[in-house]
Amino acid sequence: MAEFSIDRFVERYAARTSGMNASEVRALFAVASRPEVISFAGGMPFVEAIPNDEVAVVAAEVMRDLGATALQYGGGQGQLALRERLAMLMAEEGLQADPEDVVVTTGAQQALDLLGKIFIDPGDTIALEAPTYVGALGAFGAYQPRYLHVEVDADGMIVDQLEEALFRGERPTFVYTVPNFGNPSGVTMSLERRERLVALCRETGIPIIEDNPYGLLRFDDEALPCLKTLDPENVIYLGTVSKTFSPGVRVGWALGEPSVAQRLVLAKEAADLCGSNLNMLLTERWFADEDRWRGVLGGLVDTYRSRRDAMAAAIAERFPADAEITDPRGGFYLWVTLPSWFDTRAMLAAAVERRVAYVPGTAFYADGRGANQMRLAFCLPSEDRIREGIDRLGALLADEEHLFRSINP
Amino acid sequence: MRVAVLAGGRTPEREVSLRSGHRVMASLNERGHDAWIVDPGEGPLVEALGERPPEVCYLALHGKEGEDGTVQRLLDLLGLPYTGTAAFDCEIAFDKLLAKDALRRAGVATPEWVAIEGWALRDLGGGAALGRVVERLGLPCVVKPSRSGSALGVGFVEREADLAAAVMAALSFSGAAVIERMVDGTEVAASFVGAPLEPLPLVEIAPKTGRYDYAARYTAGATEYFVPARISSDVSGATLDEAARAVAGLGLRDVTRVDLIVDRGDRPWVLEVNVSPGMTETSLLPMAAQVAAMDLPDLCDRILQAAAARP
Repeated sequence: MAEFSIDRFVERYAARTSGMNASEVRALFAVASRPEVISFAGGMPFVEAIPNDEVAVVAAEVMRDLGATALQYGGGQGQLALRERLAMLMAEEGLQADPEDVVVTTGAQQALDLLGKIFIDPGDTIALEAPTYVGALGAFGAYQPRYLHVEVDADGMIVDQLEEALFRGERPTFVYTVPNFGNPSGVTMSLERRERLVALCRETGIPIIEDNPYGLLRFDDEALPCLKTLDPENVIYLGTVSKTFSPGVRVGWALGEPSVAQRLVLAKEAADLCGSNLNMLLTERWFADEDRWRGVLGGLVDTYRSRRDAMAAAIAERFPADAEITDPRGGFYLWVTLPSWFDTRAMLAAAVERRVAYVPGTAFYADGRGANQMRLAFCLPSEDRIREGIDRLGALLADEEHLFRSINP
Repeated sequence: MRVAVLAGGRTPEREVSLRSGHRVMASLNERGHDAWIVDPGEGPLVEALGERPPEVCYLALHGKEGEDGTVQRLLDLLGLPYTGTAAFDCEIAFDKLLAKDALRRAGVATPEWVAIEGWALRDLGGGAALGRVVERLGLPCVVKPSRSGSALGVGFVEREADLAAAVMAALSFSGAAVIERMVDGTEVAASFVGAPLEPLPLVEIAPKTGRYDYAARYTAGATEYFVPARISSDVSGATLDEAARAVAGLGLRDVTRVDLIVDRGDRPWVLEVNVSPGMTETSLLPMAAQVAAMDLPDLCDRILQAAAARP
């Protein structure tokens, strides 16, 4: 008799891989990425708005002037000239940063991984919003934490809930939040909540990780102060150029106290020695021309605002009246809560069959919640496609409701 | 031989199919054939086959379109021979709503079931009759989309209160749902290849979670397999006989895999048949072939020759 274990190493893998399984949802996303499907699933920036010819000119300059550097290894912290530009970007939201405290990472996603590596021991509790960024669950999950979910309302993280948890004796290693136009909620944390969160964490000595990929994609209101501005010492701030320039260059960063920055640099060097010099130089040169980057960013914000408007209007018209949607004032996402009996994961197959896709809500929780919720990204499809996609989705929701009423008379 | 390996398509099983297809293509090329991939999900199939005409099409498509007779009918029209079962028999075999009846008519033991069409629930007040399902089948039961593969949309129901949600989930994948009595026992797969079809050793499936769902199928290491199955030779013989009855009753040809459960009383039950069994590195049929001293190129070649020899 032959015993087939398809994977000869199966008994050897670390426990942290236990959640890394094939899934139906992944299989459906393979179909959802086909061109005939209107996808509200991925948060893909509208890179068509980036003038490729201008990027080509910048890239040529980099190779002409700095070719030897671009093709070589670099330091783990990232080039100083780039870190100065990133400090300038942070100043856009009123955050004063010392370039010496900035660590350039391969997208802010790598910063999440490195922070997990330097902060989380197996079994440690970490506090995250509910719902939270799925990529944070993935990055932190590898370090085997316990999750403390803190719910979100229209004003962002409900700090009272965190306080109650601390009162019960919870001692999270850190609190992770996306305070501006959160992924997936689209919600922005109010000033009052920001002040309370910062004060609470300061009192209890719990560091905050402030992830701010969308802050400069602000549609209307004035920018609220960053958590890092409210408490420069206790907050580790993460940024990225993925939404203001390009996710393809994979340039993100962390800003922390020198002690944190130092550990991050060591962790970064252990992980990949250094970031891509070519991409860092390209990014630095891109942001050297203020008219250019502001012009492109302004165009992006206008596009995203129109798309948000188109989606919100279409939803108001086509979704069931009892669907609750958030009101994003920037960023990429709208978050939908349907009546409790909906199962958005099961419904995804029917949605893809109707050529429309979204991300089921369960992806954004560590504990199986979110079955009646979905994330809709308005960043990539055109306004016409958004209207068409919401039409399809609205019709599906109506049919599901009809089926549900028929089965449960 | 010039062989177009049809793989990919537009179904949720697209990725699995591409993995199957690439392995088949490499195997056929190793045997000296001129094989290439044609992905109906990438562009018009008829055009692709016209631009580079094959002598035979090897069907490595999984799921709707590839297994339900759609592609087969088109190839019939084009006059191109293809591997596997003929269009009409595919249509029956792929649709559990039809296949279950066909199996029973052929005298094959298959778990008691109830079939419900979404339309009947939506517009004929069928929801009111849903309570009868549990009366008829008892619990636990298994809810499956009538037309879907790879266990996509399959739900296991232990409490009556969960039945409606499982039916809705299955209907997300297909227009009808088949609800089966759950048979507890050893899960085995019986594969048949060639012309005439010959049985390969039984593969026993031992998912670590206890359920052979999508994740258990396609996560390397999530399931253990034993070939031949760890059951007595008498039971093994009876199981292969039951599977052979299903294969004959449904008119399957060239290559097929029958999924069965051998219950605690050693009785085999046919759950379903597959007209385009997976050929990936985690698939059951290549495993069975390997134990029968048939490597993947041998296996693919044999399937190809069966189709090519058809008058």
